[in-house]
Amino acid sequence: MKSLQELEEIRNKTRESVYLRKDRAGIRVVVGMATCGIAAGARPVLLAFLEEIKKRNIKNVTVTQTGCIGVCRLEPMVEVYLPNQEKVTYVNMTPDKVSKIVSDHIVNGQPVMKYTIGVDGR
Amino acid sequence: MEDLSLHILDIVQNSISAMAETIRIAVMEDDTNDRLTVLVEDNGRGMTEETVKKALDPFYTTRTSRRVGLGLSLLGAAAEFCGGSLIINSQPGKGTSIEVWFPMSNIDRPPLGNMTDTIITLIVCNPDIDFIYEHSTPGGKFVFDTRLVRREVQDIPLGEPDILEWIRSYLSEGLNEIRGGA
Repeated sequence: MKSLQELEEIRNKTRESVYLRKDRAGIRVVVGMATCGIAAGARPVLLAFLEEIKKRNIKNVTVTQTGCIGVCRLEPMVEVYLPNQEKVTYVNMTPDKVSKIVSDHIVNGQPVMKYTIGVDGR
Repeated sequence: MEDLSLHILDIVQNSISAMAETIRIAVMEDDTNDRLTVLVEDNGRGMTEETVKKALDPFYTTRTSRRVGLGLSLLGAAAEFCGGSLIINSQPGKGTSIEVWFPMSNIDRPPLGNMTDTIITLIVCNPDIDFIYEHSTPGGKFVFDTRLVRREVQDIPLGEPDILEWIRSYLSEGLNEIRGGA
């Protein structure tokens, strides 16, 4: 059984990296989590981002939620914000699109155009 | 919505919009009375009696971006469809509680789904809100409280991958236990 004591170890281990991160401009991954997004499958998409970010040990990414982005038929939608770059909106998201977005866009700064609202949302 | 855990994720968004700081989610699987009850209780801004009356109407919403609000009405309809019901209790300035129950054995009852994924998603997206999750079955009761986690990790955000992983194992182990280790 997991014990609360283990959290103390995690705290000590994590503290340093958390402070490091505060100094760096962060990347934000924002998932639409209104009724439309959740019904269309936003939860597994969000969890896939967490999984991929943890697997690659990427430190400066925050995953968070927003309400209805406004084009419910294209849900699940995900917005990715890189510092000093324009927001990129991905549509019709599925968990298996996530690893490409993380490797191409979040790690290498190249948006995956074919999944974006400009291409897939037409 | 495919299952109740997604409905729960959805209606908790109302508590978040209502600026709740603490949200309690309770799932009760009561075999004796053939009832599956879900309770979502928050200390958000609450609603007036008049707003409560309108809250189940799909053509009512507080947001200004569009004129429909489906979350609560979808859950209410799902419950009524198989003979259950949804009740809203709310007081302005105090908070809101939503109680919905389903006849457990009804063939049309949506499955409970993955509560661990719902709780993890809520914590990641709302690291500053406290969540209390209680789940009881004939096999026992499991309680998870982010305030206890916060006490241990202090200033480290709950969204840290290592903390989330701990929470995920804690939830799955706890839920397994009250399900008879299945």
